[in-house]
Amino acid sequence: MDAPLIEIAHLSKSYRRGDQVIPVLSDITFDIAAGEFLALIGPSGSGKSTLLNCIAGIDAVDAGAVVIAGTDITGLTEGALASWRSRHVGFIFQFYNLIPVLSALENVELPLLLTSLSARERREHALAALAAVGLPDRTDHKPSQLSGGQQQRVAIARAIVTDPDIIVADEPTGDLDRQSAADIMALLGQLNSQLKKTIVMVTHDPRAAEAAHLVRELDKGELRVAH
Amino acid sequence: MLLIRLIFKNAFRHRLRSILTIVGVAVALLAFGLMRTVLDAWHAGVSASSANRLVTRNAVSLTQPLPYAYKGRIRQVSGISAVAAGNWFGGVYLDEKNFFANFVVEAEDFFKLYPELVVPPAEAKAFTMDRKGAIIGRKLADRFHWRIGDTVTLRGTIFPGQWPMTIRAIYKGARPDTDETVLYFHWAYLDETMKKRAPSRAGQTGFFMIGIDDATRAAEISKAIDDTFVNSQAETLTETERAFQLGFVSMSEAILLAITAVSYVVILIILAVAANTMAMSARERAGEFAVLKTLGFRAPLLGTMLLCESLILSMTGAALAMALLPPLAGFFTTFLAQYFPIFFVSRTTIVMGLGFGVAVGVCAAAVPAARVGSVRIAEAFRRIG
Repeated sequence: MDAPLIEIAHLSKSYRRGDQVIPVLSDITFDIAAGEFLALIGPSGSGKSTLLNCIAGIDAVDAGAVVIAGTDITGLTEGALASWRSRHVGFIFQFYNLIPVLSALENVELPLLLTSLSARERREHALAALAAVGLPDRTDHKPSQLSGGQQQRVAIARAIVTDPDIIVADEPTGDLDRQSAADIMALLGQLNSQLKKTIVMVTHDPRAAEAAHLVRELDKGELRVAH
Repeated sequence: MLLIRLIFKNAFRHRLRSILTIVGVAVALLAFGLMRTVLDAWHAGVSASSANRLVTRNAVSLTQPLPYAYKGRIRQVSGISAVAAGNWFGGVYLDEKNFFANFVVEAEDFFKLYPELVVPPAEAKAFTMDRKGAIIGRKLADRFHWRIGDTVTLRGTIFPGQWPMTIRAIYKGARPDTDETVLYFHWAYLDETMKKRAPSRAGQTGFFMIGIDDATRAAEISKAIDDTFVNSQAETLTETERAFQLGFVSMSEAILLAITAVSYVVILIILAVAANTMAMSARERAGEFAVLKTLGFRAPLLGTMLLCESLILSMTGAALAMALLPPLAGFFTTFLAQYFPIFFVSRTTIVMGLGFGVAVGVCAAAVPAARVGSVRIAEAFRRIG
């Protein structure tokens, strides 16, 4: 296995609800190697998504460090973090979160607006990403004209179009039927095996978790190896 | 291009709401523009004033006359180029509803004093030669279909009796703010008639219009004129034509203040409507903004996108309003001609309308843009599930 790409050390996170402090993650320490496909499982409210958000740099930690490729992202400013995310992380959400007024191609092109690519290069990259997820003929379709599985493929194309080091997926099959879910997991498997993308996935779905190399379970804010 | 497309698509995502907002902005700015035009019309006399003209009237009140004999002594004050006696005549043509301004003037000096009244030389001469002649503005001629040679009889209200006169000249304004709805006839005709009808009122005039060589000496010359008649039976008050006109305008100050206030309140109301639209739009798309932030879009860029959406709506409304304002004002001119002889949309009003369009767009987006910028991604995702 390669050297750790993601190093999480003594990570703690809690939420405030009025005067009440609700601990979510406590003293989490683990590494994820480059090229790993990790599934985080656990009951609702166990802190899976919170941990994923901390790794992806979209939620702040209370204590501890999240070091990715040598950079402790907990010390970055909001602007620097946004810039870091745009270059290093691809996001896949449960409900796809595509922009409804844009076509599939435009949705995929969106993250490339933050790069220095020309309009033609952006379009070429977006077309390649859509082809990679098996939707070369759906470029002009709006999200509402696509099935759930197709929308999730567009979302995956958007996640990989910037060629990030890490793909984080929060319940990527949570809103899909069984066949579509299997197709999406196969696609994630390909991204991991063929493009060597490091994938960190949160899921409730045991079948989805089976596609990962490593499954870790979060329970009451603590992490353990599931299998 | 994609970013611009996204901004436009978001601006018109809820087509009905966007159209209603645009229409709202357009109607509000139209109302604002019309009210500004009314205010401009009210001040038309002030803006048309010349810095080289003074007006001398009775110090007690404008309704009190001055002896005509003052003219010669005024003429002797240093720096004066012309003096013409004048009087508000207040005559009625057939019926009160046919109101238009009418004055008696001393023709020769009057033309020297008011070069902005453009009259063909032959007509000017004909008017000067005919003691019962009259000169009228182009718009007044159009209104009553009067032509040169027509006889018009005014019924005097201040100076009783019937006052027949012949139209000898029609003037045009050299500037857009020159009033073309006035009738002037000879002071001498009035004076000679009053000598017969009411001798005690003869030899008097309402005011003197005075031309000065150097506008910077206006205060000094005014004082010199007034000093000439101090402690006399009819002391004078001399002021610039602008101050004289402002005196009339200030009589309606409360109304003007009310119109001004309403014109700005209209802007505030539409600002609230536009701000509500943008707030709703931003709130509905909180999840999308969170996604864009997740992808790496920074808060200032997202705020700018929202600002652009707001500006697209407000500026479309403003452009629509400013395009419709001149023809609408032209339509109103037909009905308001007798009250506002000068009723046209000024460039300042157009600039102000477009400026308020920008201001409404910016202010309406300010709070939603700030909120979008401060949205915490994880919290937004938790809220939207």
